[in-house]
Amino acid sequence: MSTRMSYREALREAMGEALERDPRVFMMGEDVGRYGGSYAVSLGLLEAFGPERIRDTPLSELGFVGAGIGAALGGMRPIVEIMTVNFSLLALDPLINTAAALRHMSGGQFSVPMVVRMATGAGRQLAAQHSHSLEGWYAHIPGLKILAPATVEDARGMLWPALEDPDPVLIFEHAQLYNLEGETGEWETVDINRAKVRRAGKDLTLITYGGTLGKALAAAQELAAEGIDCEVIDLRVLRPLDDETLMASVCKTRRALVVDEGWRSGSLSAEIITRIIEQSFFELDAPPARVCSAETPIPYPRHLEEAALPQVSTIVAAARQLCQGHQDEHSDAAYSNSEPGR
Amino acid sequence: MSFPPRTQDIALDVLRDMVRIRRLEERAGELYGEGKIRGFLHLYIGEEAVAVGVLHALAADDAVVATYREHGHALIKGVSINAIMAEMYGRQEGCSRGRGGSMHLFDAGTRFFGGNAIVAGGLPLTVGLALAERMQGGSRVSVCFFGEGAMAEGAFHESINLAALWQLPMLFCCENNLYAMGTALDRSQSQTDLCAKASAYKVDARAVDGMDVIAVHEAACDAVEHIRAGRGPFFLECRTYRFRAHSMFDPQLYRDKDEVEQWKARGPIHAYSTRLKAEGLLDEPGFLAILSQVDAEVEAAVTYAENGSLEPLEDLSRDVYTPRAAS
Repeated sequence: MSTRMSYREALREAMGEALERDPRVFMMGEDVGRYGGSYAVSLGLLEAFGPERIRDTPLSELGFVGAGIGAALGGMRPIVEIMTVNFSLLALDPLINTAAALRHMSGGQFSVPMVVRMATGAGRQLAAQHSHSLEGWYAHIPGLKILAPATVEDARGMLWPALEDPDPVLIFEHAQLYNLEGETGEWETVDINRAKVRRAGKDLTLITYGGTLGKALAAAQELAAEGIDCEVIDLRVLRPLDDETLMASVCKTRRALVVDEGWRSGSLSAEIITRIIEQSFFELDAPPARVCSAETPIPYPRHLEEAALPQVSTIVAAARQLCQGHQDEHSDAAYSNSEPGR
Repeated sequence: MSFPPRTQDIALDVLRDMVRIRRLEERAGELYGEGKIRGFLHLYIGEEAVAVGVLHALAADDAVVATYREHGHALIKGVSINAIMAEMYGRQEGCSRGRGGSMHLFDAGTRFFGGNAIVAGGLPLTVGLALAERMQGGSRVSVCFFGEGAMAEGAFHESINLAALWQLPMLFCCENNLYAMGTALDRSQSQTDLCAKASAYKVDARAVDGMDVIAVHEAACDAVEHIRAGRGPFFLECRTYRFRAHSMFDPQLYRDKDEVEQWKARGPIHAYSTRLKAEGLLDEPGFLAILSQVDAEVEAAVTYAENGSLEPLEDLSRDVYTPRAAS
């Protein structure tokens, strides 16, 4: 049976269910209790589970993320909420120097079964200290697992497998998605190791995740009207990347466009394209391309913010350019037929 | 002068444990010179009374988190001396499979949670251990050792606030050796009364002579009683001194030789063994017997480490993630 709900409600239901199911699970973060969560994700949970398990913290990201690690080592299953990815920078030390390193550094003695959730992304005119997309940066770190639910179903289904994972899992929720409505089944859990094909197509693979999935799907629809049939892959897991799903698609379409709200230099999009080149270079008909955010801090005024971010129009334009040769091929039946292996 | 009742029974164990740390550290320093131990090596020589006094006040299943100057804490917590030495040698028989080295000793079996080389990094971790204990209804205490330098870090202030706010069963054990690497306390912190900082967070605090193992032990026993009675966290400042350089690369330009000599005259092992003799609890042959037993233990550990093996290269990426059964 499937139910219609918002992304926010899906997250809340997933947490409620986890809290009911496992007495080791508790939640902590800034304003998660009485306030109900800065994005209202945990609204009502304090009343249902009490202040021991829905624990308001002071403004101490370094302190309470580090405490989450210790609590996980001590046998609990903490869900730590950080208001936004920008604030998570105050907790980089415990996340990277401890959570990510501890198991390897201790010779396999100490795993850190902690889940950290945070909002990411731009689009709400919140300017340069509340709008960045730094999840790709975290995906650089061995020892962390990075998830980016882009649908209501994933918002609902990723938390439980993340809590069952013995290692630290960071879940990035694009702030524009909280009001997204969608269908989700009852207790559907998601495979948190695999990317998912959200739209099948044969001409071009659009690779994206999180807040830009909707834009990529809208672009695919527009492109379909022009005769460009896009396959849209939702990465879902930013670390470890699901190379198998990516390469299977790229080898089919022979063209890849990465859409990422992160910056392009030294980025997740760079990593994905490098992997495509390393593993599937000879299958490609065109150089891979990407649509990323402008290399600036995200500005406040709407027109500049919009210009800084990937948009349906910029995705469509990049896709068209990438498929230029492809469309020429289609217009030239003789050339197209002459190529072997098509 | 007489012994407090709590110390009477362990009077000689305490001496032996300080000597064990001293000889382990001296030997480690020599092995560093021989190139057997590499990386950073931070010796605890001079500060032995702190780890020994505090750890003898704990139960075996209490949790301990320490710094990168932690060989002594690991040893007295019960981590095998062989595994400690093998770890410094980078051998897979080490307590962290040789992956951590001197700064990252870990041992799940004795609840020794490192070996943290980020100054103040162990503090939030210990808050979490104490929180987990409280939420699970246990009575174990979580202890974090840190230097006075850590008290300039935000992590200290965030952690003590959390511990006090949530009334957690945690002992903050500050090893005040007066220098954060080479920077003296009064050159780096506006408030040099460390207990006043803890008191500002409404945490009960006490300073003790960290060169006097009995004074440390008495204070630590009181602190642990306070914590187990559910009266919240406790801050214990142990005033001590590092006799050796910060690490093996430190020419010690920042302190006078006279100052070092004055502190050495108050050396914790010398002071305590003198006291034991005055009390009639120890004589010179007895002391020499302890020294030779400890030397044999340390040499056996060196032999163990020498005979250790290197982790195979194919295991390099093992345990970046926890292995999981195929589903």
